[in-house]
Amino acid sequence: MKHLSEEELIGYRENEAMENTVIAEHLRECADCRAEFTRLDAELTAVFAALDTLEVPEPGRGYGQRVWNELAPRLKPLRDPANRLSERVAWWQGWFAPRRLAAFAAVAALAVLAFLAGRGTKHEATPEAVSGVTMREKVLLLAVGEHLGRSEMMLTELSNTEAKHGAARLIDISAEQKRAEDLLAENRLYRETALEQSDGRIANVLDDLERVLMDVAHSPDEVTGVQLGTMRQRIAADGILFKLRVVGADLEERQRTTPAESDKLQNDRKKV
Amino acid sequence: MKESTGSPREGDAEAIELTLAGDPDAYRVLVERHSVSVFRLAYRLTGNRHDAEEVVQEAFLRAYQKLEQFEARANFGTWVYRIAANHSIDRMRQKRTEEARREEPSRRVSEGAETNPMELVADHAPSPERLAQNTELKGQIERAMDTLSQAERTAFVMRHWEGCGIEEIAEALNSGASATKNTVFRAVQKLRNLLAPLVRQPAEARTMGTPS
Repeated sequence: MKHLSEEELIGYRENEAMENTVIAEHLRECADCRAEFTRLDAELTAVFAALDTLEVPEPGRGYGQRVWNELAPRLKPLRDPANRLSERVAWWQGWFAPRRLAAFAAVAALAVLAFLAGRGTKHEATPEAVSGVTMREKVLLLAVGEHLGRSEMMLTELSNTEAKHGAARLIDISAEQKRAEDLLAENRLYRETALEQSDGRIANVLDDLERVLMDVAHSPDEVTGVQLGTMRQRIAADGILFKLRVVGADLEERQRTTPAESDKLQNDRKKV
Repeated sequence: MKESTGSPREGDAEAIELTLAGDPDAYRVLVERHSVSVFRLAYRLTGNRHDAEEVVQEAFLRAYQKLEQFEARANFGTWVYRIAANHSIDRMRQKRTEEARREEPSRRVSEGAETNPMELVADHAPSPERLAQNTELKGQIERAMDTLSQAERTAFVMRHWEGCGIEEIAEALNSGASATKNTVFRAVQKLRNLLAPLVRQPAEARTMGTPS
């Protein structure tokens, strides 16, 4: 006779076994399985009793009220026509906001610059001449360096934002949130480009940065002191500011190795 | 789910209707009615008060933002529960990823062959009541819970402390019923392997290898 497995016995005890009646019948007939089930049942009863000793702290009287007090300022009426209209306008306006337009322009300029740089270098004849691909790499270094600098500045400012009025008061981080949205759009482009160029180190740090930017961009416009503290902790935990500084310094160093090319790129950028 | 299913659903339905009609204050009824049970769930899933309170806030905010998708015949308590469970999973997953980057793997409580449950057995196996008084053993119980994956922990908490059915847990885990049953099984099996030696009667513990 084939004995019941532990999975079947636990499933039976949970009343979730596929064949509960078949198992019950088997237990009536098989003394070994019955003994095993009795042992398992006693053990699990004791284990669950032990687990029940893990206390859940009482959230305290008036907890629901406290939750509501923190939540209420973040709620907008759901079916207020004026609110919906303004949201719709805000959505469209969002695409034409100066900061976002600037971000799109920067990304577009990068694309044009990379194209021009690549085309311009095709005609250089010496074997040591910088190829189009190399020029594109240099463009990427320059652009990513600036991007990392801007990201570092935004995250540092966010980390230094003070909760001046205690944990319950809301802190407006909408400016940082919008900057994070713009940086996120650029970051994706740079990360993909870095991957295409097999620059794993830059791609990795941009990947880490993307997670942090996404976190900030998707946060509410206003956060409590506690929420801001959590965001700060996440930024600190990722060590992202340190990574940005290290990679930023490395990029500067790599650009410095070919100053002439760098100057040419700077000039090209200005033209674009 | 113990508390929410017992809540007056008619009151919930009325509050939802008013909220959807553009009165955010009506949502207060739902928050005040369900926040304690959502807090308990979140605490058991996250293991600390700070995260639990964040989860409660976020769960009610997300529920509000998605209230138009809520089906009137459903139970609001169950629904917000599911949102809280999902958010706890995301939050703890993110935390664990961050911790894993920082910490050495050896600091984590290992599973399977590397863990010898007998090492956890005290000389005199105490009753569950005595375990509660013993901080060290309580720590061992907490560590046993920490060995569960986030899905296993969620499944176990929803099943054994909140009395949720397999389908409800499956929805929270975004998984099938069969896979959810397996998740519950794995959680129970792990906890049994780690904790059974702690709670066995002294006589049985002796027969398990302690020389007489």
